[in-house]
Amino acid sequence: MTTAPRSPAARPRRRVRSVAAPRRAAAAAVVHLLLAGLALAFLLPALWLLLAAFDAHASARVRLPEAFTLDNFAAVATRDVLFLPIWNSLFICGGAAVVTVVASVLAAYPLSRFGLRFGRPFLYTVLFATGLPLTAIMVPVYSLFVQFGLVDSRWATMFFLAAASLPFGIWLTKNFLDGIPIELEEAAWVDGASARQSLLRLVVPLAAPGLAVVGVFTLVITWGNFFVPFLLLRSAERIPAAVRIYTFFGQYGQVSYGELAAYSLLYALPVVVLYLVAARSLGGAFNFGGAMKG
Amino acid sequence: MRRLARETAARRRVPPALRPGPPARVLPLVPALFLLLAFFAGPVLWTVWASFTDAALTGAAAARTEFVGLRNFERLLTDPDVLNATVLTAVFLIGSGVVGQTVLGLALALLMQGRRGWVRGAVGGVVVGAWVLPEVVAGFVWAAFLEREGTLNLLLQAVGAAPQSWLTSLPILAVVLANVWKGTAFSMMAYSAALAEVPGDLKEAARVDGAGTLRVVWHVVLPLLRRTIAATLLLVTLQTVQVFTLIFVMTGGGPGGRSTTLPLLMYQEALGFGDIGYGTAVGLALLVVAGLFSAVYLRTLRPEEVR
Repeated sequence: MTTAPRSPAARPRRRVRSVAAPRRAAAAAVVHLLLAGLALAFLLPALWLLLAAFDAHASARVRLPEAFTLDNFAAVATRDVLFLPIWNSLFICGGAAVVTVVASVLAAYPLSRFGLRFGRPFLYTVLFATGLPLTAIMVPVYSLFVQFGLVDSRWATMFFLAAASLPFGIWLTKNFLDGIPIELEEAAWVDGASARQSLLRLVVPLAAPGLAVVGVFTLVITWGNFFVPFLLLRSAERIPAAVRIYTFFGQYGQVSYGELAAYSLLYALPVVVLYLVAARSLGGAFNFGGAMKG
Repeated sequence: MRRLARETAARRRVPPALRPGPPARVLPLVPALFLLLAFFAGPVLWTVWASFTDAALTGAAAARTEFVGLRNFERLLTDPDVLNATVLTAVFLIGSGVVGQTVLGLALALLMQGRRGWVRGAVGGVVVGAWVLPEVVAGFVWAAFLEREGTLNLLLQAVGAAPQSWLTSLPILAVVLANVWKGTAFSMMAYSAALAEVPGDLKEAARVDGAGTLRVVWHVVLPLLRRTIAATLLLVTLQTVQVFTLIFVMTGGGPGGRSTTLPLLMYQEALGFGDIGYGTAVGLALLVVAGLFSAVYLRTLRPEEVR
């Protein structure tokens, strides 16, 4: 790899590149081959979802549908199986995203702007909390919910998910707000604006891409969360799609693969697309999507 | 530092009377504080208390919960199921998080470096797509992939290997593979971002001195990524030890407890057997281990990121 033979045939004009050029072309080919292989390996399991959903005789295998059909989608597109759970997901996760964004910006603003005495320890605690595993506290959360009669409440589940997303939301929002120069607000204050006005009229519009990131992120994460609603919600009328898909397909032996794939697509595709689109269009604001800038 | 100095200088210019007073400063924190205390700090404290009790869902203990001292923890240390779950959690963590996701994520980031936009977009899109896919769906996808009639056996048959039901023959390997697939994107994105910061002239200098690509990566690039690798490994660790859904959907912890990691054991003890106190103790053990990792993470980040 490190010492390629110096062939006289391939010697371009510039000296530094003369040794490397043919080797680099070969290396680039190897790299592209490796990347194609890895991408294929990542695509293969998911390919089944896309193909089986349209296959009238779907199995667990990846294969082109013998008979193309939309029956699988039609079979799951009923009120009890699909629409109600999706609405519950929208309510719980959308609500959690809104609450997280609002509470985060309210909390992050004073933390970013005023030298609060407890600001630093508070931020440390918040950062520490982002590392705590949500799974580990779910059993006590469940028993707390039982004690306070909150089990099977969509509102309580929504607020819990918002609280669980808050440490990360506050942290991210504070970093975004730090990037907005304070001089603008000071000009507004001198002109007699209150802190509330400068926050609503100046800071929020300027921080909008960052807040969108927090919102999209919370929505995508909570949309995929299964364990929390699985424990905290009981009745079929209130469970979100994440739990419905499990109770519908996971609990009895004979699975209709086509319907499972169709349901998975209907449930998962919106958030996957939302994430990829947001990561692309919000570009710089998406710290996380460093690789997605392309 | 400079920013900070500029901010304080700017603050001094504004007469104090024009800046919002103390109550207005703290008031906006109230909603966040309330949510965090009620739904986050509360349960954590409750976790500590409940793990010293015999709290239960049904039976006599449910009606009258009693303080049982360290009994749950004594049981924790002598329970063969806990030992089994701890070993399996370690295998899951090292196999999928430390080795699988880190090596694959780093490899993808290095390979994608400097490639054309559409190549990065396509490969990155596929990997990130797997990451964004809800965990339940990922579990179903991998259960189908690894089934006796599934795609992996189809491929293996093509090269003459005997088909087997991976979910029952090697359940922990099955969930490790699925978690590598699901989680690699995070490491890949972290390393891609860090690689973009590596100064090009360092690599060029090494290359002019006659070092090949692999040696440049090993001796120049990787040492510069040390901090990023440490921080990413910690986050991956915190993420991996708490994986529940993927394993629950794929194997349910079975067969015979051979893929029961700590989160699954916690769930089984607390909700399967109704022993909330003991399940909470298992959760607390997980919380303490993760808390230590989180504290280390905080220390690693502190000098630069927290002002």
